[in-house]
Amino acid sequence: MDILKFITAGSVDDGKSTLIGRLLYDSDSILADQLEALHSSNRKNDDGSIDLAILTDGLKAEREQGITIDVAYKYFQTEKRKFIIADTPGHIQYTRNMVTGASNANLAIILIDARKGVIEQTIRHSFLVALLGIEQVVVCINKMDMVDYSEDVYNNILKDYNTLAGKVGLKNVHPIPVSALKGDNIVNNSSNMSWYKGESLLHFLETIDVSVDNSTEHARLPIQWVIRPQTDELHDYRGYAGRVSSGSFKVNDKVTVLPSGFKSTITKIELLDKEPEEALAGMSVTVHLKDEIDISRGDLLVNSSYQPEVSQLIEADLCWMDTRALDTSHTYFIQHNSKVTRCKIQETLYKVNINTLEKEQSDDFRLNDIGRIIIKTADPLAFDRYQDNKANGGAIIIDSRTNVTVGAVMLRNVAD
Amino acid sequence: MNKHNQLDYLDELEAEAIHILREVAGQFERPALLFSGGKDSITLVRLAEKAFRPGKFPFPLVHIDTGHNFIETIEYRDAMVKRLGERLIVGNVQDSIDQGKVVEQKGKNASRNALQTVTLLDTIAEHKFDACIGGARRDEEKARSKERIFSVRDEFGQWDPKRQRPELWNIYNGKIHKGENVRVFPISNWTELDVWNYIRREKIELPSIYFAHERDTIVRNGQLMAASPVLNMDKDDIIERRTVRFRTVGDMTCTAAVASDAFLIDDIINEISESKISERGARMDDKVSEAAMEDRKKGGYF
Repeated sequence: MDILKFITAGSVDDGKSTLIGRLLYDSDSILADQLEALHSSNRKNDDGSIDLAILTDGLKAEREQGITIDVAYKYFQTEKRKFIIADTPGHIQYTRNMVTGASNANLAIILIDARKGVIEQTIRHSFLVALLGIEQVVVCINKMDMVDYSEDVYNNILKDYNTLAGKVGLKNVHPIPVSALKGDNIVNNSSNMSWYKGESLLHFLETIDVSVDNSTEHARLPIQWVIRPQTDELHDYRGYAGRVSSGSFKVNDKVTVLPSGFKSTITKIELLDKEPEEALAGMSVTVHLKDEIDISRGDLLVNSSYQPEVSQLIEADLCWMDTRALDTSHTYFIQHNSKVTRCKIQETLYKVNINTLEKEQSDDFRLNDIGRIIIKTADPLAFDRYQDNKANGGAIIIDSRTNVTVGAVMLRNVAD
Repeated sequence: MNKHNQLDYLDELEAEAIHILREVAGQFERPALLFSGGKDSITLVRLAEKAFRPGKFPFPLVHIDTGHNFIETIEYRDAMVKRLGERLIVGNVQDSIDQGKVVEQKGKNASRNALQTVTLLDTIAEHKFDACIGGARRDEEKARSKERIFSVRDEFGQWDPKRQRPELWNIYNGKIHKGENVRVFPISNWTELDVWNYIRREKIELPSIYFAHERDTIVRNGQLMAASPVLNMDKDDIIERRTVRFRTVGDMTCTAAVASDAFLIDDIINEISESKISERGARMDDKVSEAAMEDRKKGGYF
């Protein structure tokens, strides 16, 4: 059994909370005491049925205002898979929260209200999903019950959506007509839409392939910690501990340490009392090398045959996440894997209006603004193009004055 | 080996937790692992072994002892520390009471559970801990479901849900100002069932009270409580011997038992899989109000 992590993009008005509530409810993932709270609540739907949206309510402030402020994580599992939902708010003022939730997702559900079709927020959500490199997209055209389960309405929306998907560069788009409120096509195929021949949402989520790339080309291991017991019997023990971010390593692989460029060979891979032959993407391991070379936290171990870019001047996409605007004269920190170094945003190339996708020249990056920049770092970063390898292409900007994470960076290429 | 091989879910959760523990080691000067004696913190200890052996843990274990713990928990703790050869620091709620920093609750439902926040904050201050690793999970409760893996607390230990740092990919920002500290939750993404399945897979030993046993109990507010001197009992409380087990291991005054015949770990996993009451449903401390956990966390609770 594996794990599928997905986000849901949409607003309360699109029935997003109801959709999540429905998935949990219909897959029997709600426990008795939660159900009791649900039934005893005085919030009900117009027809008197229980309001499933209550299941995704979080904080007091959110309940008072009837909105989602932050990312809420929900867990459920079926016989086939374990699911982690990052429930993110849909309004534009919470773009940074959606970016946060999207950064760890393998799949996105984009909700469209069948009565409204593709609207401004659909463009925004689709753009963000593409920017964050989420591989699979399910477009749930919701509230089909409100449009008499009309195939024509569905087809028209789909036509509009496919145009949008092409524009923002989304490849794997899977449309499903649903009614979260009535439960149509959520867990079981609906008899109200016999014209729809595809899968139900849950069945699709259970079976979609989201496997990771374990090819040696992308073998990357950021070193987090050097294990040196320095006891009598383990006097010479030096283990380099980290989590393989992508690709895979085998014993006897020739490896290079970046940014130093030192080369060596893997002699052993350890995980406590086990010695696996191969360290696959996602595994936390300790590796041993043939040569005693200088390696410390922040270094990146890679397969010598397939090296990433190493540079101090990098073109990147930026999402600004702080109420204090970007200051191009200020020195920030950048954190990339286990490496932290100082940096400056040397140049802003353009900003994207995420509702219209139009580019504009501006160096005024405020909360939730997204655009292209050139970043200059104090130490070189060993990175891959984010669109090719998310795990080694993402980084965060930290304000040295407040220590707060103020930006998300998708590294693209070495700047000229 | 398959080129596109997704890790099994337990391997993935384990690898994520080990990565987080190593980030703590790499980013902080004076971290600590908060050990309660419960299955979640026992799981953390196992994960720390995977992260740092054959080296020493780069942090001590810290236990906030209410003085009302189950004796089985304390015995387990001491045996474990001995086996590991790691350092244990105990913060005693009794000391906080003796120093007049907190006042013992009165009445039938008196509990020291709320008092331990003060002892925890004092222990953090005394040892200047800048990061405290804990076994909280996001599936436990809805305030927790919104908390970051690296959760920054201010000087007063407060959690501000509206000012959480964005947490992207698996990059954790542990930079803090003096006086602040970070609570770190490596098993945030695990569910109760995941923890049990992991304990079974790793053959981790647990305190005996997790398994069905006979015990004197009373019924209090509709829940089964262990009859003990630390519970304020009166003549209305009828002591009855029952076969029970505990789903969480906390203070005796607020941890309810469930009637159970689950003597073995397989029985427990079956019981939980079919169970219709969630784990925190057996914690009386959450029942006070709908926003109980959110309010306690804002006040510095673990």
